[in-house]
Amino acid sequence: MAQGILVFIEQRGGHLRKASLEALSEAVRLASGQAVTAVLIGENIKGLVPSVAKYGASKVFIADKGDFAQYSTEGYAAAFADAIKQAQPQYVFAASTSMAKDLLPRLAARFDAPLVTDVMVIKTEGANLLPVKPMYSGKTYGTYVFDAEFAFITIRPNVFAATESSGAGEIVELSATADKVRAKVTETHTSAGQKVELSEAAIIVAGGRGIKGPENWPVLQSLCDELGAALAASRAVVDAGWIDHQHQVGQTGKTVSPQLYIACGISGAIQHLAGMSSSKVIVAINKDADAPIFKFANYAVVGDVLEVVPKLTEEFKKLHDNN
Amino acid sequence: MKIAVCVKAVPDTETRIAIAADKQNIEFAGVKFITSPYDEYAVEEAIRLKEKLGGETVAISMGADEVTDVLRDTLARGIDSAIHLKDASFLHADTLTTAKVLAAAIKDGGYDLVLCGQQGVGGDNNAVPAMLAELLDLPQATIVVKLEIDGTKFKAEREIEGAHEFVEGTLPAVISVQKGLNEPRYPSIKGVMAARRKEILVKDAAALNVASAIATRKVKIKEMAMPPERPSGKRIEGDASAQAKTLVGLLRSEAHVV
Repeated sequence: MAQGILVFIEQRGGHLRKASLEALSEAVRLASGQAVTAVLIGENIKGLVPSVAKYGASKVFIADKGDFAQYSTEGYAAAFADAIKQAQPQYVFAASTSMAKDLLPRLAARFDAPLVTDVMVIKTEGANLLPVKPMYSGKTYGTYVFDAEFAFITIRPNVFAATESSGAGEIVELSATADKVRAKVTETHTSAGQKVELSEAAIIVAGGRGIKGPENWPVLQSLCDELGAALAASRAVVDAGWIDHQHQVGQTGKTVSPQLYIACGISGAIQHLAGMSSSKVIVAINKDADAPIFKFANYAVVGDVLEVVPKLTEEFKKLHDNN
Repeated sequence: MKIAVCVKAVPDTETRIAIAADKQNIEFAGVKFITSPYDEYAVEEAIRLKEKLGGETVAISMGADEVTDVLRDTLARGIDSAIHLKDASFLHADTLTTAKVLAAAIKDGGYDLVLCGQQGVGGDNNAVPAMLAELLDLPQATIVVKLEIDGTKFKAEREIEGAHEFVEGTLPAVISVQKGLNEPRYPSIKGVMAARRKEILVKDAAALNVASAIATRKVKIKEMAMPPERPSGKRIEGDASAQAKTLVGLLRSEAHVV
């Protein structure tokens, strides 16, 4: 009888992804007495197990081999499938990251099980979980119900809190090897310009056409530095070549969920909103009092970005210095 | 090279969405449908690869009548032929059902490459391409922003969190694509005229032999709702200095986010 929740814990280069710990914490909150276990795949990763146990995993299924040093869909799927067969969970959770988007659907199809992704709320009905997710580029929310022995759910990063709760963290070694691998990661290049990663950032400062030109990014970057924020951009300025696509937030860019989103000189096209409408607090700074973004902002500042942002940086410096 | 491109007909992003009376889906009446923005990059890539390497391109789409115009749009841009997968049992399909239907249409077609947009507007699940790869037992690369084909090998670049990841693999394969891969061309008048004369092949569940595989639905939408209303915003008055001071104060004392 399928029971409990198995959580995929992503690691890259020996670093655990914070969003995976958020998914694990949510599993612990929802498990109501059933087992919460984790699966961790990579090479030389046994040292990460205590950190996973700290967030509530009673068992950690681990595939620690040279085969898994670099990500490959088929390699990681083999190890993950092995963990699923041993854990026999009612639900499999993962954070909705680039790796999970590549891997989880593969497993769902392999087990002929349903998958709902990018979930922001999980409702309960007896022993059943009903995931809720944004649909139609965030214009509606859908509550799903499963009719299956077990199901996969991926969770939007930065929505649930990662909270510690000690789990036994018993290690169970998986015997899977990466035998049939027809595509694999050969290299990874860390992006230079991004000091704080967008999908995990608590605060984001985003620039649109209102910043007037790429020579003005330093104005926003200073605010980012003062706040420890990530820098984002609208599609308009990415298409104009003012900044790399890595920074784009929106329908054809990244979806983010920060505590605070400061939109500077962004008009608020639907496609942009699709990427940031789940931000907890939205500040909009725009010269045009009729800009659509003001309909969604918690705080509206009608003014010139290049005048307001430096003042904001100053005020935050004062605030931080006084603490 | 024989290339399949999976496309989805989706509501135009500018369209205002209303929830249907039964709350199980959106109200489709009066909605304008377009080729999913993500699929446009897949269509363009297929046409470019054919121009470079020779071969044949086929667009495939599952859905009801809204699919016809979308398939004609792909033909007008330069896709060679199109297949419409249409059946009452395909309506409101979940991702796994969609992947099974597409797999049935693709599997014996002799394709070297299957291209898809990374996600379909609607469910926005970002799941069908990888499910399709599993069902077809093919290697994959997802959310790709650069693609090179070299004989029977592919090299793909993905934008992941804070980095660029390079994937190498063998063909045939399933590749899902993201903005940045290319600049989609607009259909030419000549293309639109030629597309009108092309026949779109229609296949139903029986023709695809997929009826029993999709008979049970393991996930359904219980209820659809509008997102929670955001409280109306507070306008911050004064010159830049005054605005900055007030705003920082509110973000700390009222919003508690700094």
